Amino acid sequence: MSTTTTRDATRPAPAKVSKTKPRRGMGGSTFNFWLFTGPFLIGLVIFVYIPIGWSAWLSFFEARYTVTPDKFIGFDNYKLMLTNGDFTKSLVTFTVFAAIIVPVTWALSLGLALMVHRLRFMKAFFRSVFFLPTACSFVAASLIWKMSIFSGVRFGMMNTVLSWFGVENIAWLANPNPPWYWLVIVTVRLWLQAGFYMILFLAALQNIPPELYEAAAIDGAKPGWQTFRYITLPQLRATSTAVILLLLVAAYQAFDEFFNLLAKTTWGRPPLVELYYTALGDDQDYGAGSAGAVILTLLICTVTLLQGRFMGFGRGEETK
Amino acid sequence: MTTTTQVREPVEAGAARKTRDPRRKRGRSVFSSAGLYFATAVCALLFLIPFYLIVRNALSTDAEITGENWKWFPTDIQWGNVTELFDDPTVPFAQSLWNSTVVGVLHTIGTLLVCSLAGYGLARIPYKHANKIFYAVLVTLMVPAAVTFVPSFVLVSSLGWVSSMQGLIVPGLFSGFTCFLFRQYFLGFPKELEEAARVDGLGYWGAYWRIVVPNSLNFFAAIATITFISGWNAFLWPLVIGQDQEAWTVQVALSSYMTNQTVNFHLIFMATAISILPLVLVFLFLQRWLVQGVAQTGIKG
Repeated sequence: MSTTTTRDATRPAPAKVSKTKPRRGMGGSTFNFWLFTGPFLIGLVIFVYIPIGWSAWLSFFEARYTVTPDKFIGFDNYKLMLTNGDFTKSLVTFTVFAAIIVPVTWALSLGLALMVHRLRFMKAFFRSVFFLPTACSFVAASLIWKMSIFSGVRFGMMNTVLSWFGVENIAWLANPNPPWYWLVIVTVRLWLQAGFYMILFLAALQNIPPELYEAAAIDGAKPGWQTFRYITLPQLRATSTAVILLLLVAAYQAFDEFFNLLAKTTWGRPPLVELYYTALGDDQDYGAGSAGAVILTLLICTVTLLQGRFMGFGRGEETK
Repeated sequence: MTTTTQVREPVEAGAARKTRDPRRKRGRSVFSSAGLYFATAVCALLFLIPFYLIVRNALSTDAEITGENWKWFPTDIQWGNVTELFDDPTVPFAQSLWNSTVVGVLHTIGTLLVCSLAGYGLARIPYKHANKIFYAVLVTLMVPAAVTFVPSFVLVSSLGWVSSMQGLIVPGLFSGFTCFLFRQYFLGFPKELEEAARVDGLGYWGAYWRIVVPNSLNFFAAIATITFISGWNAFLWPLVIGQDQEAWTVQVALSSYMTNQTVNFHLIFMATAISILPLVLVFLFLQRWLVQGVAQTGIKG
């Protein structure tokens, strides 16, 4: 805000002119820019950038049980996080999670969109059904998954259904070997998010000009796989790129379902859950937790920017 | 498991068409059309099962939920679970519902105001550093909010906002993502309308409130709905900030059932059902706006 007022004060002329002339405010587009974006940017600085900076500062200090430390220890927290194994293990967990959830959600939401798009009746009904889980919270969904569907004992739905086929009870979450917990984690997120991305694909499908398909048919392309491969997929490229980016960012932020489903276990901890236990666990080691947060943030930014470069996200806007 | 078959269905349905004459656009056979509907219905059923389970468990007794003979339908519907939930003194469920409502509404109004203005400024008002500022906003999309929850908590507690409504609401207003969505939307807004308004003597501010906003109500409504939903469903921040039970939101109350020593399954599921109900209703009634809003979010690459 301070910049706004000083800028305005140094140039009082246009402001005064604006009172008399009808084209008021046109001269001070800088002033107007800050008028519109100022409140948001101030909030962004206070509630996003300052905490990030605070985190970065804490990461260089011995900060156990305190957030106003005085013992500077350089990169020791970073060394600790990168060598103690738990944090690097959590990065592996994340990589596995992203490697499964991103392509599977992409494929499922695209598949659902293609199905709904081709329906002639009850299109809105089925669209609603697939979109509805977006209304649920991760807490609520985790409750259902943990206590009703994938419950380790016999009254769980999955084990009941499996028992009809003579399958023994499976401890879905309580045992990392075999890693059945991945099925629980992945399905809960799929159920919650697939409908949202389906809507994005549906919108993109509707925007494909029908002439393209007619032209392809004249050129002898067979409907079905060929049309899908050479017309639909390329036309969906921009949406796919955005969807993959959003999925990746969302996967990095995974916390709620891992925290609620695997609360007392030591396996299947993605970075955020690991950091939560480092910073708010028994040790309350804010320094090490912050170092982990910095490493994670740098990693996310690098991956996202690299992906942006490769897939051309954002290129369309600059030409506008 | 199910996912692979779900994904393959439309392609298989398409493959069945291969043998048909490509020029007959409506030449889909009854068989493949029926196959398509069958596949869609099976997927839809899978998506609806969790909802059904919530309702089923919410209206059952504990014995029936955990019983040996698992049944699809409860034998005796327990409507009394509703009153039992609200009379339970250990978790202030009614209070948490009210908190979530207040937080959700104020969070939505505030976010719309702050983020739409910023989005418009970034999209439309020429300023030489606008691009740099836009990237500074974009960068925040990549930083997980949870990464900074410790310093955020310290910041908010130094303001004296722990367990308060402002502590729950204010820090969440500055969503880089919502700002980004508004910017993308305003980039696509027909410039001619604003130019006409400006020729008629309106400044940016006037053009924004008198021309842009009234012509964007659909988009605002859609973003409002999405924002309300994410506010209602937020978990980590309300958990950290809601130290007193009085300040719990419904999600925190819900998760407190999980950590209780005594597990009352019927209460847990009744609470879950009630916490989901308002949003499901919002979804069903505002379906069209919501879908449009998500579709229009400007994510076009």
